[in-house]
Amino acid sequence: MALPTYATPLERVWHYSYLTICGLIFFFLIAPIIIIIPLSFNSVPFFTFTQEMLTLDPAGYSLKWYQDFFTNLNWQGAVKNSFIIAVIATIISTTLGTIAALGLSRPEMPYKSAIMGILISPMIVPLIISAAGMYFFYTKIGLASTHLGVILAHAALGTPFVVITVTATLVGFDHSLTRAAAMLGASPTRTFFKVIVPLILPGVISGALFAFITSFDEVVVVLFVGSYEQRTIPWQMFSGIREQISPTILAVATLLVIFSIMLLTSVELLRRRGERLRGIRTT
Amino acid sequence: MATNAAVINEQLVTADGVPLRTSLARAQRRNRLRALSLVLPLFLFIAITFFWPIVDMLFRSVENQLVGEVMHRSAPLLQDWDESSGELPDETVFAALAEDFKEARETKTSGKVGRRLNYEKPGFSGLFRKTARKAPKLEAPFKDAFIKADKKWGKVEMWQVFKRESTPYTISYYLAAMDMGYGDTGEIARNAENKRIYMKLFWRTVWISLLITALCLLLAYPISYLLSVLPVAKSNLLIILVLLPFWTSLLVRTTAWIALLQQEGVINDIVVWLGFVADDNRLQMIHNRTGTIIAMVHILLPFMVLPLYSVMKTIPPSYMRAAKSLGATPFTAFVRVYIPNTIAGVGAGAILVFILAIGYYITPALVGGQSGTLISNFIAFHMSSSLNWGLAAALGSILLAVVLALYFIYDKIVGFDNMKLG
Repeated sequence: MALPTYATPLERVWHYSYLTICGLIFFFLIAPIIIIIPLSFNSVPFFTFTQEMLTLDPAGYSLKWYQDFFTNLNWQGAVKNSFIIAVIATIISTTLGTIAALGLSRPEMPYKSAIMGILISPMIVPLIISAAGMYFFYTKIGLASTHLGVILAHAALGTPFVVITVTATLVGFDHSLTRAAAMLGASPTRTFFKVIVPLILPGVISGALFAFITSFDEVVVVLFVGSYEQRTIPWQMFSGIREQISPTILAVATLLVIFSIMLLTSVELLRRRGERLRGIRTT
Repeated sequence: MATNAAVINEQLVTADGVPLRTSLARAQRRNRLRALSLVLPLFLFIAITFFWPIVDMLFRSVENQLVGEVMHRSAPLLQDWDESSGELPDETVFAALAEDFKEARETKTSGKVGRRLNYEKPGFSGLFRKTARKAPKLEAPFKDAFIKADKKWGKVEMWQVFKRESTPYTISYYLAAMDMGYGDTGEIARNAENKRIYMKLFWRTVWISLLITALCLLLAYPISYLLSVLPVAKSNLLIILVLLPFWTSLLVRTTAWIALLQQEGVINDIVVWLGFVADDNRLQMIHNRTGTIIAMVHILLPFMVLPLYSVMKTIPPSYMRAAKSLGATPFTAFVRVYIPNTIAGVGAGAILVFILAIGYYITPALVGGQSGTLISNFIAFHMSSSLNWGLAAALGSILLAVVLALYFIYDKIVGFDNMKLG
């Protein structure tokens, strides 16, 4: 993207204004996320920078919202629920999604595109519709306001991500490897665990991370299918924003940003490792 | 010839004597079944936890058993009554109705029926409450007793609604969702101008979603182009700036916009400090349409950047150089050569953003206020506050139909199997 030495002044002006525009768009993307981090150390219950904060007076900063988060039972219960629900939902959707992706990637799979379309529809149907349907139906069969109901709902919403990532990993999967394993005397189970799993593992893990974040971040279904007993972190944030808006939400948001940075890093590392393993890395 | 063919057929058999063609077909079928059996567990799981609830919701939007079930004596008799005669039903119907009311009073179901009929015509809720209270004292002649209990029973139009809604299935929820209803003579007509809410809301939702899609495209195009032409080391660094918002919780981003946009918020503080706006005249940027649009563009932007970027990466830079060397100005080369090459990415990203925007609930609910509410907020309202589940289901079904149509187009452009994440 470097400018050639023979560029005309007009081209120079255009080039730098283009870069400025891009810079502003990146700023628009990232600034709102960054800004909440200093705001969460506010010592007064406002969502803005106070005079003390701007003059870097230590009195303007405090950790009390973090303290509130770590001692408040509402939040601690939400953290516990979030992890329980997300972990179990992830296990269900990863298992079912991986097996289905293995089937979908077989060359002899009939109606592949149609089945794929059906399996990834939970990702496309607006959440409010899924939530409405699940609310009516789960109420009828007694799963509403239970952990099981929320877990099943989240598992269904997470499967498309697993199916997509694992199928993508299996593109270009060399099926002669499994035949070679079979020919060398390995049972199908042994072939699966010793040959297939190590190769698709990066895809499975990144699919699992997607499924995890889907459940961890999901709020519409929890709002309708769950109740206070099933409150998750997003549920608590949603009701917090609606009722008493306190900077504890900003403290939670900051912790969640750090959490998503960790998840993003793992997914990126896995993606690169996966590409390297399958030998399609071009750079 | 015949013998020749037989010889060939005879030669092509497997070791156990089965013709090769049959054996191959069997093996292929077995493989197909094996592949299908791998997909089956997930398919069943999705069917039970996801599809069934949605089908159940579709069913609920036409289902209308309640009135006929509770009023099980009078409702069948009412079917023989000619509602266009202008006369009240005869004594037998009133007598059956009295029995129904006495039973409904015991089972405490009359209020539910009244509420159901109240959606169609206001006044039924009170009428049923009042009548149920007086039910034990109703005596023959029932017609006069009912009219004495509440004179609404003497009005033919009440009976017309009662008859119409005592059938097991109804389209009245869909009519309500499209701002239509039954006129005085029972014909379907559009509601009065000032009572049309939902069509306006649908159009507003579509319009806001289109605006958000256009803004996302406008913002995503330049940065996707930059990402695609930069050397990998730099673009990998910059793409993190796109991926981080993508991975950050939706509520975190919505909270951030509340902190930024509110009247005592950061942006207002800055413009006041810069002197653009007086302190007592702070900008109203939240709890209205502006807030919804800004926050949703920010939330959905990564969904536009990622497909655009993946398409732009595949366009060789030599195309643009070739166009320029053939005499095109940079602008012509860009419009005539580069943009047509990115259409697939634009289509994929635009449909994805539009689908997500049209069904968005959380952000409009938190920052939308009055003018920023979308159709999904009304679905939620009818589910949890007004408890008109049939109407919520009908609105949801219409929204679902729109989304599925777009999903189908998305498949034609991108293909389900080519969907990628991150």
